[in-house]
Amino acid sequence: MSDVSQPAAHPPVTDWLNDFDHTDPQWTEDPFPIWNELRAASPVVHTKRFLGCYLPTTYEAVREIANDPEHFSSRRIIVRDARPEVTQNAAPPITSDPPVHKPAKQLLLPPFTPDAMKKLEPRVRAICNELIDGFIAEKQVDAAARYTKHIPVRAIAHMLGIPESDSDLFINWIHMILELGIKDENLLLQAVHEMSDYFRTHIEERRKNPTDDLISYLMNARGKDGQPLEEPHVLGSLRLLLIAGIDTTWSAIGSSLWHLARTPADRERLVAEPELVPTAVEEFLRAYSPVTMAREVVKETTVSGCPVKPGNMVLLSFPAANRDPKMFPDADKVVIDRRENRHAAFGLGIHRCVGSNLARMEMQVALEEWLKRIPDFRLDPAGSVTWSQGTVRGPRQLPFLLGKAM
Amino acid sequence: MAERLKVHVDPDKCQGHARCKALAPELFELDEYGNAHEAGDGTVPAGLEDKAWLAKSNCPEIAIDVIEE
Repeated sequence: MSDVSQPAAHPPVTDWLNDFDHTDPQWTEDPFPIWNELRAASPVVHTKRFLGCYLPTTYEAVREIANDPEHFSSRRIIVRDARPEVTQNAAPPITSDPPVHKPAKQLLLPPFTPDAMKKLEPRVRAICNELIDGFIAEKQVDAAARYTKHIPVRAIAHMLGIPESDSDLFINWIHMILELGIKDENLLLQAVHEMSDYFRTHIEERRKNPTDDLISYLMNARGKDGQPLEEPHVLGSLRLLLIAGIDTTWSAIGSSLWHLARTPADRERLVAEPELVPTAVEEFLRAYSPVTMAREVVKETTVSGCPVKPGNMVLLSFPAANRDPKMFPDADKVVIDRRENRHAAFGLGIHRCVGSNLARMEMQVALEEWLKRIPDFRLDPAGSVTWSQGTVRGPRQLPFLLGKAM
Repeated sequence: MAERLKVHVDPDKCQGHARCKALAPELFELDEYGNAHEAGDGTVPAGLEDKAWLAKSNCPEIAIDVIEE
């Protein structure tokens, strides 16, 4: 399971303006100067890689595309080397367009309201503390491997009603789908099949012994026609909840801790003013937005005056939009008490992230509990921070030294 | 005498980011899907004017109007 091979590498980028590649190591390591360069050149740029793909570079261009499902379809939402045939019910509602989208989305919304998240919050607080108990006595810790990685996966497992101890299985599937799958179709399909088999077993169990969790909720849900959902829809939505809910928030928590590890003034302020954490979380979401979505152009149109043609994908970079200085003064500065913050980290328009309230709660709780128990920490100069590639960006290795600097 | 404010959420624009509810819980309510609407007729009680503007300026969908009466 864990010995999946690394897919073929792309040639390194030398001309970002005409040949961008979001899987290039330079983009993975430090995308911000690249976005600034491209934004200064044009609101929309294009690459021939990935069989043709646009990148909107401004907040406005990203908003235009997100609000225009007629020209920009969600039937493909990951920019990859291949463009395999689209499957029905891949992962509704994220892969759905109007009019199919709305009922599929409404089905998933009630379990993720802020009130529902309040009920889950004590479990997440306990998960955070269990994890911290495991390493607080140590001086050196990889906060990604020991903390951030485990919080969202356990929280969503708890909601779905599947064992939190299966976490490593889920993390491996997500790695295969979101990272390796960009360049290797077979790994992606393998992960999708394994996930579907896994959930089929859990659905079967619930037919005999119904439970009070998200899997049972979806099994009992009714479609627009009043009939139970067909199994492919249930499986697609379950796969979506597992994939979407994990390395996204793991990345967001990790980037926040990474920032605090190297910014003592912000760390000290949040320790002294924990009530500022929710505002700071919004700023971390803006400055280090983890998720880049995609669309497929299905009808010719223009975006911010630039022509776009069908047959191309669009890399819908909410992270780049959130660094647009036209929308955010001092866009490249992290201002933890930023008052006006219309960031697009959870998307804009009809595809707003279903789990945004869950992610926000997890981020707040994860930072609050960490800062309460570990007010002093910094990057370990002997280690190196590594970042995930592709659709979701966040630290995958986060070597910290705990305690006051000597 | 300060002007009286009213808030209004455009239900066609709201996508349920719930920023308004987090920042100004007294002024907004959420439905079962988590989409927002103004509490009551949207009148902003004295002392909560700042929160009304804060909610407006943090709505990613630009769905909130603050009306000065």
